[in-house]
Amino acid sequence: MSEKRPPLTEALPTPRWHRWAERLIAALAFSAVLAIALIFLFIAREAIPLFFEEGVRDEMRLRDLFIPRIWDGYDEAVAIWQPIGGTPKFNMLPLFVGSLKVTILAMLISVPLGVGCAVFVAIYAPPRIREITKPIIELLAGVPSVVLGFFALMIVASFTQAVFGFTYRLNGVVAAIGLAITIVPVIFTISEDAIQAVPKSLSEAALALGARKYQIALRVIIPAAIPGITAAIILGFGRAIGETMIVLMASGNAAVMEIFDFTTSVRTVTATIAAELGEVARGEPHWRILFLLGVILFIITFIINLGGKMITDRLHRKLTAG
Amino acid sequence: MNKTGKDYLLAALTGLALVIILVILVVLFGEILWNGAPVVTAEFLTEAPTADMTGGGIFPAIYGTVFMTLLMTIAGVPIGLATAIWLNEYASSRSKIAAIIRTAIHNLAGVPSIVFGLFGLGFFVIFVGGTMDSLIYGDIPRPIWGQPSILWASLTLAVLTLPVVIVTTEEALKTVPGELRDASLALGATKFQTTLTIVLPNARGGILTGVILGVSRGMGEVAPIIFVGAANFLPELPDDLRDMFMHLGYHVYALATQSPNVDAARPALFGTVLVLLALTFSLNLIAIIIRSRSRRALRPS
Amino acid sequence: MNTVSRILCLIGFLASVSLALSACGNRYDEITGGEGAKQSGGRQTLTIKGSDTMVILAQRWAEGFMAANANSTIQVSGGGSGTGIAALINGTTDLANSSRKIKEREIETVRKNRSAEVVETPVAIDTIAVYVSEKNPVKKLNIETIKQIYRRRIKNWSEVGGPDLPIVLYSRENNSGTYAYFKEQVLDDEDFAAEAQTLPGTAAVINAVARDEKGIGYGGIAFGEGVRALEIAGEDGIHYAPTMENAIGGIYPLARFLYIYSAGEPTGIARQFLDFALSEIGQSVVDGVGYYPLPREMRGNE
Repeated sequence: MSEKRPPLTEALPTPRWHRWAERLIAALAFSAVLAIALIFLFIAREAIPLFFEEGVRDEMRLRDLFIPRIWDGYDEAVAIWQPIGGTPKFNMLPLFVGSLKVTILAMLISVPLGVGCAVFVAIYAPPRIREITKPIIELLAGVPSVVLGFFALMIVASFTQAVFGFTYRLNGVVAAIGLAITIVPVIFTISEDAIQAVPKSLSEAALALGARKYQIALRVIIPAAIPGITAAIILGFGRAIGETMIVLMASGNAAVMEIFDFTTSVRTVTATIAAELGEVARGEPHWRILFLLGVILFIITFIINLGGKMITDRLHRKLTAG
Repeated sequence: MNKTGKDYLLAALTGLALVIILVILVVLFGEILWNGAPVVTAEFLTEAPTADMTGGGIFPAIYGTVFMTLLMTIAGVPIGLATAIWLNEYASSRSKIAAIIRTAIHNLAGVPSIVFGLFGLGFFVIFVGGTMDSLIYGDIPRPIWGQPSILWASLTLAVLTLPVVIVTTEEALKTVPGELRDASLALGATKFQTTLTIVLPNARGGILTGVILGVSRGMGEVAPIIFVGAANFLPELPDDLRDMFMHLGYHVYALATQSPNVDAARPALFGTVLVLLALTFSLNLIAIIIRSRSRRALRPS
Repeated sequence: MNTVSRILCLIGFLASVSLALSACGNRYDEITGGEGAKQSGGRQTLTIKGSDTMVILAQRWAEGFMAANANSTIQVSGGGSGTGIAALINGTTDLANSSRKIKEREIETVRKNRSAEVVETPVAIDTIAVYVSEKNPVKKLNIETIKQIYRRRIKNWSEVGGPDLPIVLYSRENNSGTYAYFKEQVLDDEDFAAEAQTLPGTAAVINAVARDEKGIGYGGIAFGEGVRALEIAGEDGIHYAPTMENAIGGIYPLARFLYIYSAGEPTGIARQFLDFALSEIGQSVVDGVGYYPLPREMRGNE
């Protein structure tokens, strides 16, 4: 720092090394952008040759990645993911169906729980409960997903087996419950923030007009908090579809192409990558297809995040402008 | 149902949601504590695994986790700090570049953890490691830098925790009143000096919170390191950046799914989960305490 | 000095310490041909990856070897036979454990990527047992029936002499040598039914079958506790149990060798390790883990 106190009308020149420090900081600020770009580039780099390599055509046709086909030994067109064997089969449909199934079921469980809890804490609960609940849910948010996968595998599965008696001990329901436990804190925190952010004037006005608490909650506060709650749901969905450890440990990992029955085992995109990547030699079609799954997953979550932000911004504008 | 009834109904339903969540929490922590506590003895924490990992201790996993976390923090925190400082102190609020950076951060936060694993493999291990091998060693029969190691795992996780650090640091910087900055500038300090000597120390609590939360998050992630450095059984502790390492979270996964005798491994499994939870839990607790303390300190008295 | 500067200094110090540590390691000099490789007193590392069927065996061998050779470090990981062979191809392992024979295509790729011929060393004998829950009355099946079960053409235990319960299929992940072997030998390379739950290790399969009276699973004989191993009939129609005599005698239909593969003739610590595995002590470890030791003629050394 300079020794002399300059006249206030005169600015001091910036010491040179400060400029360099500032430049460094500005450069480092692009790190997040660089990271996203590198991630996409380098996983695409491993996947793209799939479309151009010669040897790939011997193994499979590209349409077999997505379209069911009548293979030898089968009576009808089926979508199968069985990469090892005489004829490798790489249809990705069962994997995406699996991911969607557990994600949707997890949302069906976690959204009512998360939003309901947020409503209770923000509207009905006495302040002391409110103060305790937020940190408690933050604690739940801090539990690593491998621990929740362990919980689902060892405890939830035995519980559901005892209560519901499913044919398969590890199935879509167990995995969805595990996922739901991960997402509830996200949905709760964002929804609760959104509800708290609703101007008190709105609820006070309603109160003055003689409304009861439940009417205020359902007709004033929640509608006003819709942008935030939507953001919460979209974020939760993105989180759930990208979750790996819980489904890897608790879903049974069977690539079953079944849309409506949630009690079968499922195999998600994320678990497939995690389970199979270790075994493949670099550069093989199987390797590239796994990276392709990663690229698709990246694009899906990217769109969900971007789209989610746009939807919430638009809802926000609609509510605050009108 | 009359209006009072409906009121009670809504309260009951939403209260039920809270109760269900609390029950799950209690069962989760209760089972782990109940089954894990008897296992976590001094030997468990200080010895290496024996008998196919059903006996002995988990010290190598603890050591590996801590070492990796340290490297991850050294790599990631300065970059996250710099980004947050630039966004809050230097960028104008209408800057398009800042908007792009923020979008990138938001998206980075949403990238699935397994995709980070793919990134770690495709970029760090294969590209950076492979290039380092060719440049330093030329032709060698087996990759040295170009294989999974604690270095690449730490760097991958550093990228993963970047958004957490950036967002919380920015929030912390925002709490520093503008008047302090103005006063400093008026006294003739440069913007950088102001940031370094006024803003950062005042935002110290919030920044620390962000760093600790980021660290806790990175410590618990397993999917990114499955094929970027974690190993099942290493008798030696990693002391070279090119070594693979044992990791608490990965150990949980390996014991739960691949152990030779699931019943015999159960105690070790619960013990490991308890240790991992205790670590992340205490870090989060410290972060929460620091945050509430610094919030209280900033409240006008 | 204020707090921030202090923290920065600490970070810088730690960073330099880590880098210094990394520069000190000569563990990898054997590969690069650096100074550490020449010293026989220097520490030597061996990396072994691959079959989950063999991972316990390899770990016990590693423990025994390291106890006898103080300057050695052996790292063992599982992941499946496919993982081990892939690592051999990628050059990220010295030895690959495999519970299936390496494929022609993989030998080609090793030749291409590592300019070396694959060397195959059988190290033990294993039998693939087909397991059912101890509560299940079924005791014997022939291979054709098992194939139909795993292809979901037979869906209920009552069709094969058991109770009226649906059959729940347990299988291994596709990187497993056990999976590949079973697919080839039992399914005639046809596909597993999609409903087969894939578990990451034989122990997981056994564990699942032990708890599920509707279950059927397969895996190496060493893991079979709490379940019943069926007697299997091959083409001759006679049912055999997966015992050591039946395995070595060649009459149990699903007996196989467990292999260790290397790229090129194993040298140095890899050679010493293999010699240890094939020695009296090493083969008694095989017995201890629950597999069957090689007949003496196959052990190849003194």
